[in-house]
Amino acid sequence: MGFFDKLKKGLAKTRESLTGKIEKLVLGYADIDDDLLDELEETLIMADVGVKTTEKLMQAVRQGIKQKKINSPDDLKPFLEQTIRDMLVSGTDEVRLAAQGPTVMLVIGVNGVGKTTTIGKLSAYYRGQGKKVMLAAADTFRAAAIDQLEIWGQRTGAEVIRHEEGSDPAAVAYDAVLAAKARGVDILFVDTAGRLQTKSNLMEELKKINRVIQREIPEAPHETLLVLDATTGQNAISQADLFSQAAPISGVVLTKLDGTAKGGVVIGIKAELSMPVKWIGVGEAVDDLRPFVAADFAKALFEK
Amino acid sequence: MIFEGLADRLQATFKKLRGHGRLTEDDVNEAMREVRMALLEADVNFKVVKDFVKRVQERAIGQDILATLTPAQVVIKIVNEELTALMGGSQSRLNISSVPPTVIMMVGLQGAGKTTTAGKLGLALKKQGKHPLLVAADIYRPAAVKQLQVIGGQLDIPVYAMKPGTDAVTIAKTAVPYATAHAADVVIIDTAGRLHINEELMQELKSIKAEVKPQEILLVVDAMTGQDAVNVAESFNGDLGLDGVVLTKLDGDARGGAALSVKAVTGCPIKFVGMGEKLEALEPFYPDRMASRILGMGDVLSLIEKAQDVYDVEEAKKMEKKFRKDEFTLDDFLSQLQQVRKMGSFEQILGMLPGMGNLKKQLDGVDVDFNGKEIKHVEAIIRSMTSAERADITLINGSRRKRIALGSGTRVQDVNKVIKQFADMKKMMKQMQKMRGGRKGFGSFKMPFMH
Repeated sequence: MGFFDKLKKGLAKTRESLTGKIEKLVLGYADIDDDLLDELEETLIMADVGVKTTEKLMQAVRQGIKQKKINSPDDLKPFLEQTIRDMLVSGTDEVRLAAQGPTVMLVIGVNGVGKTTTIGKLSAYYRGQGKKVMLAAADTFRAAAIDQLEIWGQRTGAEVIRHEEGSDPAAVAYDAVLAAKARGVDILFVDTAGRLQTKSNLMEELKKINRVIQREIPEAPHETLLVLDATTGQNAISQADLFSQAAPISGVVLTKLDGTAKGGVVIGIKAELSMPVKWIGVGEAVDDLRPFVAADFAKALFEK
Repeated sequence: MIFEGLADRLQATFKKLRGHGRLTEDDVNEAMREVRMALLEADVNFKVVKDFVKRVQERAIGQDILATLTPAQVVIKIVNEELTALMGGSQSRLNISSVPPTVIMMVGLQGAGKTTTAGKLGLALKKQGKHPLLVAADIYRPAAVKQLQVIGGQLDIPVYAMKPGTDAVTIAKTAVPYATAHAADVVIIDTAGRLHINEELMQELKSIKAEVKPQEILLVVDAMTGQDAVNVAESFNGDLGLDGVVLTKLDGDARGGAALSVKAVTGCPIKFVGMGEKLEALEPFYPDRMASRILGMGDVLSLIEKAQDVYDVEEAKKMEKKFRKDEFTLDDFLSQLQQVRKMGSFEQILGMLPGMGNLKKQLDGVDVDFNGKEIKHVEAIIRSMTSAERADITLINGSRRKRIALGSGTRVQDVNKVIKQFADMKKMMKQMQKMRGGRKGFGSFKMPFMH
């Protein structure tokens, strides 16, 4: 099964709960009235598009009605489709690689979003492209996090740089960057401990890791990836906001997008955070984490 | 990004309404729009919000406004009461079997915090004099077994694990007789995270349940979960029949509307909340506090309780007397600071106060250091003074300031700042005394937690 089909399958529930519902909704009304608009709003919120983005979309719809772009319920779906598509394809979502020397990717996020697993899968992806990959176990806090990364290293054939549990994560990052440079590594992933974005001491720690990397390679980290759990609701906004204050985020990795009706969250991220989405995970298998292509995503979301 | 609290929003909605005699339908409808938005932004499920708003609306229309309350307060009171009621009214406890061992199963999505919570729960039970056994039945995630073993090691709680390749059902099944043989009276089974729609893995949980007949199946839910929380809880409850819910990661800034959604669809009580990364950070669930949090009204009760915990009543009385007699010295200032520090970080405290959301935002990244670092510096500065200097700041001249700065590892500017802050504080106290006519002095100006 190609990735596009997988994407479509992964988004089936979202399509059902968003596009499908809108289609059904439209059938039940002869004219556009307040009830129809209320139900539309409900549909958008239930798909986890986000409160603010829903407001934005509803505003666009009302504007569209005023400007006679929407004249009957039948016009609603194509109108929304276009608006959402525009939101999705704004900005560039491509991954930035170093022109020379190792590309450093710093992976950050709150607890339990799947940072280590993401790195494992990304490692497999780049190994598959024939790249030399190294993993830095800078989550020195969570019990057995280092072992978890080590296992991923073995599975994917990537060297793992590790210190003791409880040691300074910045020191791990430092050693890893030096090792990556010395051993001609193409891509270095730095795994960090999960931290809630409100813990300022942990955010300081993150700044330090960032600083240490930057000192060794001025243009690094080439990517600072915020891993977001697709099940997360409105808190994603706070996460994106506070994390970017500690380490400038270059893109989002959206995990656990598989099977459930929460694909709408991508629209919210693009519209509310104006952050590029770089990778999405639509399944538990290693190759289910793939680069995000907005056009494909939109297509998978709206096409039957 | 911090959402405006409902209290502030309602206040704005009702601005023009001050002094109305009774809430009309129009007033209430307008207010309900705000309530609805506040709940949605807190991630309460849309359907739950709809039912809830309807109920509040019915109660609020025609409600008399008492002279002492503003219309906004009346609505907030109703909303808060209904929300608390919906969340279960009072606390509920674990089901403990009369014949040991009690078997507890931890279930949930990936990354909700099952393994950590299993450890936390083990510790809490151990503190109650129980002898827990942790069972490592997450055979899928790399190093999950090791994680539980490390946690068990830290807590000195035995961990039951079997050789790799053993299936989860066998592990759970053999763990129970093992517990009986080794005098453990609570068995906590840590299962692998799974999607509620993954039939194969849900079947595994059903098999474990059938084998071990747990007294308690706890669903672990991340407080940050969005609209999907309802589907997750519904599926797990439908397949397994839940006994309770643990809400994790509540130490962040998530409003935790998922709590309400989960409670509303499953009817299961929320039994514990995870409040931090430390293994002690598991607390009982208080519905009333959660209601305030979801509404963004701060957690006044928790703050008062925290303050009570650390506040020495005798100390408070002594301090009060000093305030009155204007004998407040830098020594006292220092001990006050330490009291504040015991209550947690400034950030935590601010987060618990209603209406502080905005202040917190403004202060973020300004020159207030929420780390408590600033307080640490102040402490160092005061500790570098002689006792004579602490008693009388007018003694502190230029060369003394230099010495203090050197001694505390700060700069002279920092020393100046502390001295100025202290002088300002004293001045303010004097003014307050005058305002109160000096009759009752500070006695009538009690903090809520001073008895």
